[in-house]
Amino acid sequence: MALIWILLLPLLGTLVPLLAANLGRSVIAFLTAIAPFIALVLLLLAAPTVFDGQILSASLSWIPSAGLNLALRLDGLAFLFALLILGIGLLIILYARYYLSSKDNMGLFYAYLILFMTAMLGIVLSGNILQLWFFWELTSISSFLLISFWSHKSEARKGARMALTITGAGGLALLAGLLLIGRIVGSYDLGEVLASGDLLREHAAYPAALILVLLGAFSKSAQFPFHFWLPHAMAAPTPVSAYLHSATMVKAGIFLMARFYPVLAGTELWFLIVSMTGLMTLLLGAYVALFKHDLKGLLAYSTISHLGLITLLLGMNTQLSTVAAVFHIINHATFKASLFMAAGIIDHESGTRDMRQLNGLWKYMPYTATLAMVAAASMAGVPLLNGFLSKEMFFAETLDQVTLGSLSWMVPVLATIGAVFSVAYSARFIHDVFFNGEPIDLPKTPHEPPRYMRVPVEILVALCLLLGVFPAYLVGPLLSQASSSVIGGQLPEYSLSIWHGFNLPLLMSLLAMLGGLAIYRNRRHLFRFQALFPEPDAKLVFEGIIQRLTGICTLVVNKLENHSLQRYIFLMLLAALVLMAGPMIDLNATKGHYSELPIDPITLVGALLLTVSALATVLLNRKRLISLIMLSVVGLLVSLAFARFSAPDLALTQLSVEVVTMILLLLALFFLPQSTPKESNPRRLVRDLSIAGLIGGVIGTINYAMITRPLDSISSFFLENSYSGGGGTNVVNVILVDFRGMDTLGEITVLGIAALGIYKLIVRMRLYMPSTNSQGLPWSPDKHPMMLGIVSQSLLPLALLVSVYIFLRGHNLPGGGFIAGLVTSVAIIQQYIAQGVDFVKERMRMDYQWVVGSGLFIALLTGLGSWIFGRPFLTSWFDYFKPPFIDKFELASAMLFDLGVYLTVVGATLMILANLGKLTTSHSPAIKEKG
Amino acid sequence: MEALYAFCVGLLTACGVFLTLRGRSFPVVVGITLLSYAVNLFLFSSGRLKMDGAAVLGASESYADPLPQALVLTAIVIGFAMTAFVLILAMRSRADLGNDHVDGRLPPSPKDQK
Repeated sequence: MALIWILLLPLLGTLVPLLAANLGRSVIAFLTAIAPFIALVLLLLAAPTVFDGQILSASLSWIPSAGLNLALRLDGLAFLFALLILGIGLLIILYARYYLSSKDNMGLFYAYLILFMTAMLGIVLSGNILQLWFFWELTSISSFLLISFWSHKSEARKGARMALTITGAGGLALLAGLLLIGRIVGSYDLGEVLASGDLLREHAAYPAALILVLLGAFSKSAQFPFHFWLPHAMAAPTPVSAYLHSATMVKAGIFLMARFYPVLAGTELWFLIVSMTGLMTLLLGAYVALFKHDLKGLLAYSTISHLGLITLLLGMNTQLSTVAAVFHIINHATFKASLFMAAGIIDHESGTRDMRQLNGLWKYMPYTATLAMVAAASMAGVPLLNGFLSKEMFFAETLDQVTLGSLSWMVPVLATIGAVFSVAYSARFIHDVFFNGEPIDLPKTPHEPPRYMRVPVEILVALCLLLGVFPAYLVGPLLSQASSSVIGGQLPEYSLSIWHGFNLPLLMSLLAMLGGLAIYRNRRHLFRFQALFPEPDAKLVFEGIIQRLTGICTLVVNKLENHSLQRYIFLMLLAALVLMAGPMIDLNATKGHYSELPIDPITLVGALLLTVSALATVLLNRKRLISLIMLSVVGLLVSLAFARFSAPDLALTQLSVEVVTMILLLLALFFLPQSTPKESNPRRLVRDLSIAGLIGGVIGTINYAMITRPLDSISSFFLENSYSGGGGTNVVNVILVDFRGMDTLGEITVLGIAALGIYKLIVRMRLYMPSTNSQGLPWSPDKHPMMLGIVSQSLLPLALLVSVYIFLRGHNLPGGGFIAGLVTSVAIIQQYIAQGVDFVKERMRMDYQWVVGSGLFIALLTGLGSWIFGRPFLTSWFDYFKPPFIDKFELASAMLFDLGVYLTVVGATLMILANLGKLTTSHSPAIKEKG
Repeated sequence: MEALYAFCVGLLTACGVFLTLRGRSFPVVVGITLLSYAVNLFLFSSGRLKMDGAAVLGASESYADPLPQALVLTAIVIGFAMTAFVLILAMRSRADLGNDHVDGRLPPSPKDQK
């Protein structure tokens, strides 16, 4: 279980710097370091087991049915990387304490840093490849935050964006690759994947999976041609560059290749792609690094070159290449992180990183200079330092490989050339900065950094030295465990001594050393030659591509989106028609085997009326009021149709909804133009008529085909259980408030939300109110005729009584909360119409929002109530009572639920209609809001 | 009878579609209302047509399918809320933009009319 804490502690530790943000800077740094430190101790405690060759694992089940668990796995390779991440991470925390200025938000910086640390640990410790991918993306995101930490700088933002785009796109490719692997293997468990090497390599989809995974790895590890994001990521604060861009994140791609080495490597395709990419990157990085005037730029290209070296090693089919790769991962992390930190110190204490200005710093900071020189010598591969050892191994392996067949001799030659440039840029780093005359126009007078800022550098440089002299004692076991988990089996014999006698690799080292120094000495000619080429600016190219892409997208959007609802609806309908065409053609006979009901005269008359009124609605649509009246006839006939076909509840609902809809439409029409101008040209009319006819025809046909076919319904269940289970004989109502109560709860919630939305829309509405009707006549001065007022006033109690009756009988006869609510609303609306807003306001002081709210609350509470009795949400209860004097009656919890429905419907309807109506008066919510 | 019913549903759909394709907000709202009638009738008929069979226990020998009815009942109420929302949206867009076009065309400005 300690394994989970190694990951969990840094994750929790992310919060520490945020909580401590107001404390002193040293305190923040100290508190931040605690969680990673404990994690490091836990990791080291696990070391003996790992060095025994065991694989530690832990898992927490998450969604077992989908095969998703939080799975952790610690083997030699994961141990090595976790050690680097936590160890260097701690040094970086110390370093950043002195690097960041008091203006920087230190808590935030540390939080991002620890988040990144967690993400990296997640990658290396993952025992599930999808989980690995998740953390992989998390490193992209947290590195985006870190690179853009100084977000006021344009280059930081652009660099961060570029890094995120490249690594993010690579991450998507990786996801595809991992999904493919999971599909082939049949499991996403890392252990199972690693055991299925032969299965994977022989599968037809192997090349695709390989290339996708490699795309992810190459983009993350800045391999050619994706290398260009790394130099631009140097806009990050130097601790970030030292941590992410030398020691950890860029090695995530390397880690990925090493992790999948046992299953993906071993084929021609792997060796060819990986070694050639590595070689290309190695040469390119080494060459370009020499010409960078920016200290960090030089280090960035040097990092690219070394990453290429490791990639090349992983891509060579020799026995010891993986050992050399793992060894170089360790060595590169130590010397490159310390060099970045030294560069940061120089930048911090002298105010610039430009090597044309930086000269002769030896006099000002001899101590730092010594440290940096040792580290740079290790980078160049000087004997007695760790860089030398792994470089020797690398040379030995290049001589051993046969990757390119008869052209294989080119690899060691090119590797030596790469090493020559590596020596040259290292020499430049030492000579150009610390010697070579006096500094030129430095913004600050350079001096030694604070004591503890140097400590991390000292530790890493000491490691470079110690690893260089006593390799076998210090990293022997670690190296062998990590390498054997890369190979996935027994390691061949190898020796880690510093002296192998006079041999070809030593000669290559010697050549590189001499050649590098010679090139550096004669660098002026080379610089002049290089100046002939225009310097390619990856940022410009990249931004150009992005802008062109955005341009294309805008063009497409503009083409599609012309702000015309007509076009959207037309396209949607067209798409629907196309989609429906296939199934419709497949349907052989329109008519099913169902015997049709005979047509009776009354229904026929109804259908005729419906046809006429629907057509009239359309034909007269430009005269809006008349069209509206026709529409109300259609609505009336629809409710009659419901009544005709055995749906009394629907008929009642439709009827009352019809009334409120018409009032609503009439109210709206008051504010809108009274007629629609003639605008459609004949072509448009023909087009619209045809598509309307087609859609109508298709829908009608589908409907006919459906209702003439037999039905196998689940409704018999509701019919059988309505009385015994729900205590009501009106099955429709019992379904609403009992069987499907949850759905109804959702629906009244939607109703409430819609009403609230409408209210908010009304509140800010500034509308033109016509003072005359469309013929120019003034409105009648008698706004509230007395007859109407008296009649509706006396009808109100009756209407309310009716609604109570409908509500109460709803469980057993047609009726219920929905209908009763609508009836009540209509009755109250009628008061508004007949008596005016003032009259109603004086007599009914309530906010309809509260009515909606209490309705929803009651419905919800009723549902929750069943929990008290240990039943599932919305279980209903009912019983019968026989009090004296009156007849036996039933009480059911469903009635309480129905009361909630009732209140919501009343509240929502009135909130919409009354507020809209108030717009015409001095009680307008718009005025109220303003006041 | 079924054919007649289907014809009516098809007709309402066609009328609704035609109106929703108009260029001003009000006819579109009327069209949506017609469409919601058609949709409700369509959904309702998925329980097949039956006369004198209200799903009230003991009221008749065989019952109409109550499930589509319950579905449609809430659909009618929600349909009202939706119509109201679209309508208020139309009013609001007229209030804020000064016109009731939904065809993406700007009304001719007073200058052009002169």
